[in-house]
Amino acid sequence: MSRLEFFIDQSRCIGCQACVQACGECDTHRGTSMIHLEYVHRPTGVQTAPMVCMHCEDPTCAKVCPADAIKKDDNGVVLSAAKPRCVGCSNCVLGCPFGVPKMQVSIDLMMKCDMCYDRTSVGKKPMCATVCPSEALYFGERETLERKRREKPVNEFKFGQQTVRTKVNMMTSSEKDSIPIDVAELMAHETVQGETLWEAREGAPDAASFAVWDD
Amino acid sequence: MSELHKSGSPCGPLFAELCHRYVLMALKNLRAVIAGSFLGGIVLLGIVIGSLGGIHFDAELTFYAIGSILAASAIGYRFALWAERPPTRRYLSRGYQFLREGRQRPKKTIKRSLSIGTEKFVGQGFIRRRSIFRWIMHLCLSGGCTLAFAVTFPLVFGWVHFQPFLGDATRYEVRVLGVAVDSFSVHSSKAWLMFNLLNIAGVIVVVGVVMALYRRLTDPGERATQSFSEDFVPLLLIMAVATTGLALTVSYKWFGGDAHGILAIIHLICVLGLLFYIPFGKLFHMFQRICSFCVGWYKQEGAAGIQAHCARCSQPFASRMHIDDLKVVLDQLGFDYRYGTDAEAGHYQEICPACRRRLIALNQGQAIGR
Repeated sequence: MSRLEFFIDQSRCIGCQACVQACGECDTHRGTSMIHLEYVHRPTGVQTAPMVCMHCEDPTCAKVCPADAIKKDDNGVVLSAAKPRCVGCSNCVLGCPFGVPKMQVSIDLMMKCDMCYDRTSVGKKPMCATVCPSEALYFGERETLERKRREKPVNEFKFGQQTVRTKVNMMTSSEKDSIPIDVAELMAHETVQGETLWEAREGAPDAASFAVWDD
Repeated sequence: MSELHKSGSPCGPLFAELCHRYVLMALKNLRAVIAGSFLGGIVLLGIVIGSLGGIHFDAELTFYAIGSILAASAIGYRFALWAERPPTRRYLSRGYQFLREGRQRPKKTIKRSLSIGTEKFVGQGFIRRRSIFRWIMHLCLSGGCTLAFAVTFPLVFGWVHFQPFLGDATRYEVRVLGVAVDSFSVHSSKAWLMFNLLNIAGVIVVVGVVMALYRRLTDPGERATQSFSEDFVPLLLIMAVATTGLALTVSYKWFGGDAHGILAIIHLICVLGLLFYIPFGKLFHMFQRICSFCVGWYKQEGAAGIQAHCARCSQPFASRMHIDDLKVVLDQLGFDYRYGTDAEAGHYQEICPACRRRLIALNQGQAIGR
């Protein structure tokens, strides 16, 4: 496990949903898929983005938990909520800057991606990374990845004033050392036919192209 | 420290070091030490007053009483440490606030407290919905242990004792805090039930432990994440207490009291082990569950109140109270998720989880140039 790392490049996602299906096969949360596959803005684009737990070095979810239910193991994997402890308060769901934990309301239990603990703890790949055809979700050695990609893996995110470092890496431009999460630029800024649109970026698949609204 | 190190036997430095550490820890967690001492004191006082100044105290059970006082202190200490954490403090104080405000509508407050209490503590419906097997297992463990504690603590503390009638040794009188509340014939089924309540509890607990061990040994998900100290030790401790307790009955019923003395000592050691494990291990969740009562109430109040709407997609995603509370808790914990300039400062807490995921995708795409 030590040499294998998780790398995500959301922009490579083709929205095939294989990860969503595979995730539900994981033994630690059998039958319930934990991965998020988000349509970035469905009315105006086809871009999808997978989101797994990033396994923060100083997990906000664990810190805001009132019941000490979220623990990090020696390898830095942030585990799903401990079943006897979780009180189902949703603090973690609302606290996580990546929007990862899922609240199972009926059973009073938060569940989230635990990097397929049953698999990665014995040297196997997580379910999602084994099935991802476009390698948007990649689990392997850093050197192998670096040979294959021109993008650079980083594990630092800036949410406004807060810097968050994670175990899972995300691919970004080779000139960058971190991924700043710009909110203001990407806010809803205009309304067309009652639908809010976000800042258009020319040529981007998620761009709010006005063309789709013109009959 | 160096002065202390020079003194005495080879154990000296180690002992001095331990004392030093203990004192530092106690000073750092002074409030928790006070809470622990307070709870221990309450139990001691309960024993002294409840046994009417020791008249009805059963000297055979002295070690159990001492263990209970020490365990109560440890539980008070751990509880205070836990309750001082910002998110916990927030929920506990909110729970207290709801109860206090609810005094104006006592009927509604009592009804809601009972419904939350029944669901979370008695019926444990949230476990039933996880799995029926685990529900039965947990009811056996929690119900069996509660029954056993309910029988033993009043006996150990001298609150309840049995006394034969003068002139009629076949009838027993039940005295609670020195007051006769009931009487029964030793040949009645009631007597059988009274004298075997602890054995019944023991059997229920053993059933629960066996079910739990079966699950821990066969469930692939649990096998991947469980640890010996966190998940097996409590089960083995409970099992040891139940089986040695039942062995005492077996010994005096069918083997003429063979090995009863040594069994009693082993049982005592197991019980003390369990009592001291409670505050520091998995079993502490029985006290942490108090928070679920506050959370249940919090959710109902939140749903009835103003909702927070996502700053990006304008959809409601949580209660306004929850988002505002979380901002305070994040500040207390040293996180700062504010963004933008002072003039147009925003808080990441105002964005719904789905929009947070989308924002990350948008930013990643932007950074990578796709």
